[in-house]
Amino acid sequence: MDMMEKLEILTESAKYDVACTSSGSQRSGQAGSLGNAVSFGICHSFAADGRCISLLKVLMTNGCIYDCAYCINRKSNPVRRAAFTPQEIADVTMQFYRRNYIEGLFLSSGIMRSPDYTTEQLIAALELLRNEYHFRGYIHVKAIPGADDALLSRLGTLADRMSVNIELPSQESLRRLAPDKSKQSILQPMGLITNKITENSTELVKYKHAPRFAPAGQSTQMIVGATPDTDYQILNLTEGLYKKYKLKRIFYSAYTPVVEDSLLPSLDTKPPLLREHRLYQADWLLRFYGFEAKELLDEAAPNFNPLLDPKCSWAINHREQFPVEVNRAPYEMLLRVPGIGVRSAQRIIKARRAGTLDFHALKKLGVVLKRAQFFITCKGRPLEGLKVGEHTLLRSLMSGQELAKFQQPEIEQLSFFDDSYLAALPEAGVAASFSYGG
Amino acid sequence: MFVTSSLAYSYDGSFEGLLCCVFESYQWKETPLAIHSEGSGQGLLLEAKWIETDKIKADRVLRSIPLKISREAEELVRLGFWSAVPDKEMLLLNFLYLGFSNGSAVMNMLADDTFFALNKAVRLLRRESHHYLGFIRFTVYGPVMAAVIEPQGYVLPVIKDHFCDRFQSESFMIYDRTHRVALIHQPGRHAIVPLDEWVPPQPDETEAAYRRLWQSFYHAIGIKERKNDRQRASMMPKRYWKHLPEMTGMRPVRAARQEKAPRRPRNPKPRELQ
Ligand code: SF4
Repeated sequence: MDMMEKLEILTESAKYDVACTSSGSQRSGQAGSLGNAVSFGICHSFAADGRCISLLKVLMTNGCIYDCAYCINRKSNPVRRAAFTPQEIADVTMQFYRRNYIEGLFLSSGIMRSPDYTTEQLIAALELLRNEYHFRGYIHVKAIPGADDALLSRLGTLADRMSVNIELPSQESLRRLAPDKSKQSILQPMGLITNKITENSTELVKYKHAPRFAPAGQSTQMIVGATPDTDYQILNLTEGLYKKYKLKRIFYSAYTPVVEDSLLPSLDTKPPLLREHRLYQADWLLRFYGFEAKELLDEAAPNFNPLLDPKCSWAINHREQFPVEVNRAPYEMLLRVPGIGVRSAQRIIKARRAGTLDFHALKKLGVVLKRAQFFITCKGRPLEGLKVGEHTLLRSLMSGQELAKFQQPEIEQLSFFDDSYLAALPEAGVAASFSYGG
Repeated sequence: MFVTSSLAYSYDGSFEGLLCCVFESYQWKETPLAIHSEGSGQGLLLEAKWIETDKIKADRVLRSIPLKISREAEELVRLGFWSAVPDKEMLLLNFLYLGFSNGSAVMNMLADDTFFALNKAVRLLRRESHHYLGFIRFTVYGPVMAAVIEPQGYVLPVIKDHFCDRFQSESFMIYDRTHRVALIHQPGRHAIVPLDEWVPPQPDETEAAYRRLWQSFYHAIGIKERKNDRQRASMMPKRYWKHLPEMTGMRPVRAARQEKAPRRPRNPKPRELQ
């Protein structure tokens, strides 16, 4: 089999993994070596699905001794199999990197023979790159659940980021769809990596040249829509993982059916892209906006509203906290206003030092007035001519453009100006009582 | 105090030259209606006053920026000069008036029209520069590598540190065809030099093989159930495509031969950098 064919097969099998960023490591170049790493991450291309390509994302092999139901590489799925040698991986990485096609390597693998054997192969590829070719670019490697601690530790000193995929958001789903993996076999390496990173950071204080363990941290991925788990469950798990395992990122992947299985959505199911998008938005609110999972969802309403983003939903349900006065409100409160993001909130704080802000100025600072207008005052006054009718409010908050990006059949059919649909929204009706007090 | 005259200034297009325009404007307390760089072919309607570039005057203006405004302002002025915004000269002049009268506070005046416009121009330049960290494609010709770009802003000085650090032990060149300058790097030294015309040679068989490999990776990595051309075009604007092998197959090299090079735009004079 030639290189081209192998690369196609092993990319094809790796493409459902979403952890494609190259951020988190900062390492300068060196004479006699090739490459550096840049902490803000660099996208080198964008695929036809609009997703960023920054790493050569491949599997070592797509052969696997396990049989996870959702996976294209499962033992019982009759696909063409291929395997790279560590040498081939190292060579193609170096050649692509030199031409500036990529920022580094993302290496994962199906499980060949045993978790330990597979991990040894991954180590061999990374050792070639780091020690033989003196490659200083970014490497993200997948920890194989069930592998020996000593091997995983070794792997971690060669990589920038290490991750174990959670894949399914609940133990029940895992038991049904990935019978060969247990919650334990996933959480154990995750815990090991967390500990190693913490240990390493204290070592680095003591000895400047202690080898760095996964300096870009740890991430994980969850499949959304393959199982009946709700957004509420997923977001709670997310919050727990950020706190307990200090994960850098959690990625969500809208389930794309790749194999026929009675336990899974049928093959013609479209991937729930809008749901994936809402989860990313909520994840962002947890990491940068000071929100907690329980503020955004609860048992009674366990899923995100398809028509409103999570922050707008929250604001509509917490009208008592608005409007806020832009010239006085603390940063944390500005962040909670729909239409004000981290950047525009920072700019507001800065610009207020130079003078009082009006609505015209806000626009220049990047505030999306279409949404923010209902929630703010400038110098004590709302935007002139602002009408806060029930429907104007909701229509302004719904982003038709954003929705159009995701071809969701059930939403595509809706007319946004169809009043009967608006009346059916759980939040509708509250808008009438939404007014500026005092 | 400053009189708006019917004057336009005209200068040699260099950064120092522009600083001399600022000097002139302060010296005579006059505000020009426009500032043109030499050969830009504009300003026929206005009487143009030629401003000679004088290193000493330029230095005085440049040194006063961090002193009377701030370091940040100095950086903004340099980057603003490399940006592709039309009328950047007047923008920079107006910004300096604003800065010299308000001091460091000017950097908080985010809602001021002049500051906003300059900031925006610099943001665009920074974004474009960031794009090029990823969208540059080198072709390997034996021991050397070369890439061609056609940026709107003058990005080479912004991206040079990144590539010189990353490829410390390589000899490479990045040719900016819009501004007709090239960043040339050899282990231990580099410079940005004028280069009027450069046509990349045909790639050899090894190079062609890696391009094909890269193309097949590119096609295999996209998930067809999630196809989203709009998103792709917004993240990777089409103007970059012509130099990306994954978007054009093997065509870019051949296409570059027949194409006429674009007209030389107004741009800063390349400076030697070390
Ligand atoms: S262990 Fe990994 S590669 Fe193997 S079937 Fe499960 S998900 Fe697929």
